[in-house]
Amino acid sequence: MNPKKAIALNKKKQRQKLIEIGIVLGLVFIFAVILPILLPGFRLRLLGRILSLSIVALGIDLIWGYTGLLSLGHGIFFALGGYGLAMHLKLQLPDGQLPEFFTLYGVRELPWFWYPFYSFPVTIMAVIVIPGIVAGLLGYLVFRNRIKGVYFSIITQAALLVFFNFFNGQQKLINGTNGLKTDTETIFGMLASSDLAQKTFYIITVIALVVVYYLCRLLTSGRFGRLLVAIRDDETRVRFSGYDPTGYKVLVFAISGAIAGIAGALYTVQTGIITPKFMEVPFSIEMVIWVAVGGRATLIGAIIGTLLVRLGQTFLSESFPEVWLFFQGALFLIVVTVLPDGIVGWWRDFAWNKLRHILGLQKRIITYPSLEENPEVIQEKAELEEN
Amino acid sequence: MNKVLEIENLTVNFDGFKALNNLNFSMDSGELRVIIGPNGAGKTTFLDVITGKVQPTQGRVLFKGRNLKKIPEYKIARMGIGRKFQTPRVYLNLTVRENLDLVCNHNKNVFSTLFNRPKSGEIRTVAGLLETIGLEAKAESPAALLSHGEKQRLEIGMLVAQSPDLLLVDEPAAGLTDEETENVGALILSLAEAHSIIAIEHDMEFVRQIAKNKVTVLHQGSVLCEGKMDEVQNDPRVIEVYLGKAPE
Repeated sequence: MNPKKAIALNKKKQRQKLIEIGIVLGLVFIFAVILPILLPGFRLRLLGRILSLSIVALGIDLIWGYTGLLSLGHGIFFALGGYGLAMHLKLQLPDGQLPEFFTLYGVRELPWFWYPFYSFPVTIMAVIVIPGIVAGLLGYLVFRNRIKGVYFSIITQAALLVFFNFFNGQQKLINGTNGLKTDTETIFGMLASSDLAQKTFYIITVIALVVVYYLCRLLTSGRFGRLLVAIRDDETRVRFSGYDPTGYKVLVFAISGAIAGIAGALYTVQTGIITPKFMEVPFSIEMVIWVAVGGRATLIGAIIGTLLVRLGQTFLSESFPEVWLFFQGALFLIVVTVLPDGIVGWWRDFAWNKLRHILGLQKRIITYPSLEENPEVIQEKAELEEN
Repeated sequence: MNKVLEIENLTVNFDGFKALNNLNFSMDSGELRVIIGPNGAGKTTFLDVITGKVQPTQGRVLFKGRNLKKIPEYKIARMGIGRKFQTPRVYLNLTVRENLDLVCNHNKNVFSTLFNRPKSGEIRTVAGLLETIGLEAKAESPAALLSHGEKQRLEIGMLVAQSPDLLLVDEPAAGLTDEETENVGALILSLAEAHSIIAIEHDMEFVRQIAKNKVTVLHQGSVLCEGKMDEVQNDPRVIEVYLGKAPE
């Protein structure tokens, strides 16, 4: 490449970067400033829940879209994060009192693992670190034995069931099936269901979404990200190039789990309760559907997919409650059969070029892009035309 | 002379089927060795054992005097053994430059890959390699858009980027046109000046092009004979293995 071209390319890249930052800032402004003014409280709460779900979708995209490992067990990490924050809220009591559900089962002494959750900073740490560690350990055991593909998915789903049954059965530790209610508790002296608290949770959710998005961008853009794609495409080749894929997969799975933990905590306080239902199998599969609809290995797709599916669910189930599930099934089938790369993939590979062509910005490609956009072919053609 | 690879009494047993049977083999450093043999002779298993993909049932493999037993593949690769697969295996969703860049990375640990930016030396190596394999113009296109021959060249470039002491090449000429075969042959010959190479091949025309030194014939998991190409070609045992027993 000659230097002139390189400089031009650099300039183009910089301009694209500026445009992108502008778009992101604009979106943040709309979501964090304008929507809270426009929307009534309960709608805002709903939007906050959907946005926190799109955070976990980003985590799934990291492990599935980029690294090619389909996890059906992200409900574990999501619920662990949710339980962490809910426990902190439950402990906002005068000294010496226990959360009221303990008295139902005759528990007089707070179980030992509740103590750290008295402290708010420790709780925030735990919400991120505990799901990360659990994911890292599970990942290490699985990846060290070179388990992948369908077997990995089955193992994560089995782990999900183990956690689900465990949480369901432990009344004396975490209130079993009934879960932990957060709406009636206080945080920093505010009632968690009050408008101010909910608005704060919403703003934090928007900020967390942006931060997690940029973290994922950072992870997937450089060499590390390309190695994840390489592991997805041909793990054996990666090994014979001198990389040990196990470490990379464990790290990505742990990060993905930690992201799910953050999402779970934010979702819980905006829902008002956490129960073991968060670890039911269909919910973890739904997370995968969001990513598939939006487009795998396109981070923005994970967010768009979640928003579309969940907003669709809200509006459809408000007007036709009985047909929503059929819609969801149909949506999944359509995406898998017609748009295998999701909405963003379709836009990138097809619709964008079509639109540019209609607007007259780009020549239509008659044969194959690989041929007509082949640099060698273009160069030869230009030389021929000169002569 | 230094031995780069020594293999002693190697047996690989797959549930009772001996893919390799008491095989002995050694080669000097700097040598270009061609291994031929009919289908099922154990050629690919032979490479699998050297690269750590398959563990030997008996016997041992010494690379520069070091026993490779129980060392995982990625460590063997770091020690300096590079392998080219039968079908070209490159990362289809990455561009040609990114493919090479991943292999040129000096420190392949998780955290240094995550936090360190590519060094200027590595960027220069990639540029040099692009020139060597003649894919400069396509550096920014995804490897999925390359032709079969270009993929072969890219994979060989990725091997060279590892700067291995021993290169294992599995049927590099498979599926190539005559012209491409000759190009790949020339590339291998030029690589042989700086590396030890084991090439496995079926195509006799190609073998004649690259086999300047010894040729080893494998048959049913053991070495049948070894020697210069003309000697091997006229060996009655080799003819029998390849063409079947002559009618009496």
